[in-house]
Amino acid sequence: MSHEAALHEGHGHDDHGHHEHHDTFLTKYVFSQDHKMIAKQFLITGMVWAVLGGLMSVLFRLQLGYPDASFPWLESILGKWAKGGQITPEAYYALVTTHGTVLVFFVLTAGLSGTFANFLIPLQVGARDMASPFLNMLSYWFFFIASIIMLSSLFVETGPFSGGWTAYPPLSALHDASPGSKTGMDLWIIAMALFVVSSLLGGLNYITTILNMRTKGMSMTRLPLTIWALFFTAVLGVLSFPVLLSGMILLIFDRNFGTSFYLSDIYVNGVGALSNEGGSAILFQHLFWFLGHPEVYIILLPAMGMVSEIMSVNSRKPIFGYMAMLGSLFAIAILAFLVWAHHMFVTGLNPLLGSVFVLLTLLIAVPSAIKVFNWLTTLWRGNIRFTPAMLFAIGFVSLFISGGLTGIWLGNAALDIYLHDSYFVVAHFHIVMGVASMFGMFAGVYHWFPKMYGRYLNNSLGYIHFWITMAGAYLIFWPMHYQGLAGMPRRYFDFSIWESFKQFAELNRFISTIAMIVFATQILFLINFFYSIFKGRKVTVLNPWESNTLEWTTPIRPGHGNWPGEIPEVHRWPYDYGKDGHDFIPQTTPVGEDETGTH
Amino acid sequence: MTLFLSTAIIILIFVVIFQIAKASEYVSILKGEEASRQQNNKINGFLMVAFLVLGFVGIYVCNKMYYGKTQMAQGAASIQGEKVDEMLFVTLIITGIVFVITQVLLFWFAYKYQEDTNRKVFFFAHSTKLELIWTVIPAIALTVLVVFGLRNWFFFTDEPPKNAMVVEVTGKQFGWIFRYPGKDAIFGKKYYKNIDPATNSVGIIWDDEYSKDDILTEQTMYVVKGTPIKLILGSRDVIHDVGLTHFRLKMDAVPGIPTTMWFTPIYTTKEMQEKTGNPNFQYEISCDQMCGNGHYSMKGVIQVVDQEEYDLWMAKQKPQYFTAFPEKDPSAVPVIDSTAKKATIVKL
Repeated sequence: MSHEAALHEGHGHDDHGHHEHHDTFLTKYVFSQDHKMIAKQFLITGMVWAVLGGLMSVLFRLQLGYPDASFPWLESILGKWAKGGQITPEAYYALVTTHGTVLVFFVLTAGLSGTFANFLIPLQVGARDMASPFLNMLSYWFFFIASIIMLSSLFVETGPFSGGWTAYPPLSALHDASPGSKTGMDLWIIAMALFVVSSLLGGLNYITTILNMRTKGMSMTRLPLTIWALFFTAVLGVLSFPVLLSGMILLIFDRNFGTSFYLSDIYVNGVGALSNEGGSAILFQHLFWFLGHPEVYIILLPAMGMVSEIMSVNSRKPIFGYMAMLGSLFAIAILAFLVWAHHMFVTGLNPLLGSVFVLLTLLIAVPSAIKVFNWLTTLWRGNIRFTPAMLFAIGFVSLFISGGLTGIWLGNAALDIYLHDSYFVVAHFHIVMGVASMFGMFAGVYHWFPKMYGRYLNNSLGYIHFWITMAGAYLIFWPMHYQGLAGMPRRYFDFSIWESFKQFAELNRFISTIAMIVFATQILFLINFFYSIFKGRKVTVLNPWESNTLEWTTPIRPGHGNWPGEIPEVHRWPYDYGKDGHDFIPQTTPVGEDETGTH
Repeated sequence: MTLFLSTAIIILIFVVIFQIAKASEYVSILKGEEASRQQNNKINGFLMVAFLVLGFVGIYVCNKMYYGKTQMAQGAASIQGEKVDEMLFVTLIITGIVFVITQVLLFWFAYKYQEDTNRKVFFFAHSTKLELIWTVIPAIALTVLVVFGLRNWFFFTDEPPKNAMVVEVTGKQFGWIFRYPGKDAIFGKKYYKNIDPATNSVGIIWDDEYSKDDILTEQTMYVVKGTPIKLILGSRDVIHDVGLTHFRLKMDAVPGIPTTMWFTPIYTTKEMQEKTGNPNFQYEISCDQMCGNGHYSMKGVIQVVDQEEYDLWMAKQKPQYFTAFPEKDPSAVPVIDSTAKKATIVKL
């Protein structure tokens, strides 16, 4: 280790500060047990997946926008999947399915909470590392193996799984129901099972660290909202992912060992009647959505937490209603477990049961409304600095409002019975879960990049990135509400044979064009990201955003162990901005004698 | 060549943007951090309001262009559909008001409270009163929507009126099979292992007396205007979904678990063709649950006709039993050939 590096790495006086003495390349960058490096591994793997998943969406938007056009270069890339330069239905459905799986799990779960839970929890609660750095490392490597297997499923002869990311049986359970349900599906399940293991290892670590390793003075109610959000996220994951795993295991049994958990009364064209009787195809949906709905909040909560933090810092004002924010996070986390069947209103669910789920689903709008109004009040009479992170935070709130309100439409069973699985749903969940969480992730990356790499991202590129993405998100998804109100079903390869849905050909072309522009803009972000890691403007001050939280008390490039000396003690909550004439008062500042209303 | 050219152009654009961004960074360093931050704040603050205004203009334009193409503009074709449309409208108003208020506040605050060195930030961390207000008001609005929604939900999912006509719908990859119970108004029992794609596509048990007059059709279902229609849904292979856009309903067709739905059409297909001004108008059944590679083409048609036309159509239908066993068909002219064949079978 060079002398300069040694200065940065920081050798503490207490017993925790000595890990990094014998770091080799392999232990430092590959099998690292430093939470900051693991966070970066999650982030970069997530970014690779985001590019692949985004590219897939561009490809299938190409089909939707230009169903009659031929693109010879497609054939040279995709071969038999794009015969004559046109994407085949098989390829289309494989792309749609993989896009969904990858974005939901690999990008917005692992990429988002994997990155920021790892990076922020020890830094913001004041710990040297996670409770179990080794399990933390395993968590990443399980994710990595899951990624490799998912990636390899794209290259099998019969193609990757193509039955939608929700993988409903019998389509996903019968090898002969679709070419994508052959080997591709087995690989899909194995990848998902490993993913669940990764997520559990991570989640247990996050919870333990938050509960047990807070620094002196850091009471639970002094935690930044990011940490609270990541805490609830981890709890949701730990309680719900095992249910998905059990569902997947039963699915493997049905597929390969002749059981009938999900199968009954089936006659497959060209195969004949199957012997399976007595199973329930709906059972899988219950198991799936028991994870699937909390999953939505696993994706959303970290974004909410980071947005709260970033908004407060850049408004130079305390977050409004800390306890209400916390309470609404808690309420959302509880309700997340009680609403899963709103995805199943049209499966023949008992109507009385359905009505309970309507009530509980619409109840979620209350804590969501509290959060929105609290964010608005945080901005009110603040002193707003428009860093790119702040822009993305504001964009998040805008998208969360737009997508959240359509949730009220869809959560009401009597409307869902019309709008279910239409483009209205596509618009809804892309805005509120997809793009909004992506904005939360961008906000997080822009805000904490200086802490991660000791350099700044380029501001102007950040602004361009934000404004094009923001406008693009609305241009893509707003018109889809109209398509949904026309009844246009999602997951259709082509609408030209439908008298009821073919009137939107021109609009589809428009949406596809915008999608390509937005995708290209994300490349701009990637260039900015990777360029700035090596060549960005160097951070020269400890606390560039003038923030109160603990991570900015570490050296500019913190080593393993985070603080060179003692871990700082905490004396106050993290949101003392603009108090008593001070612009900001870091958490480490002791409470003054005549200070009023300390938290 | 065009591909190469467009790639080159895109890369060029990237390089240009990147260089400009880098240059602006140097400029901001020269200007000093404070000054450049103030300038950035001004620009982005302005863009916030601009986005708000353009956004609302955009919504107006979008509405003008596409509302006419939605189902809502066309009007619903069932009594259920009319209730759905009414509810969509109420929900739109309530969520619309919240949408406008919150988005305006968000972007307006962002603009108004952009950094100003002279402003003293208002240290405002908590107000129970305010928080109560925005807990209670959404709760009331949602209660209204829940009550409204559940009344409709229970109406939609309740048993249909006694005079309802019953049709069984079976989904398969990738098409629809319809079964009418025939004169006895009772379906014969079925068992999936009896399925024979040529003569018995839903697996009817022929020993059941009720099955003898059951009528099977594919792709097109005839129903009577003004009569409640109860559909019993099932699937032969994977989960499908009977999506009835014009009637504003849908329900999954699940293998092994029968589901039901009912609706009362209020316009015949012909009336709807006149109403929409589209001579090709059809009540289409779209499969709304991912069911394999042919999902997008799994189309069925519902012909809504008046009683007279329906009776005429029904009179022309032959019970499936006679298709499966042509020799038992009393109306068929006995052909020497076929009896001869049968005789040999008996001998064997």
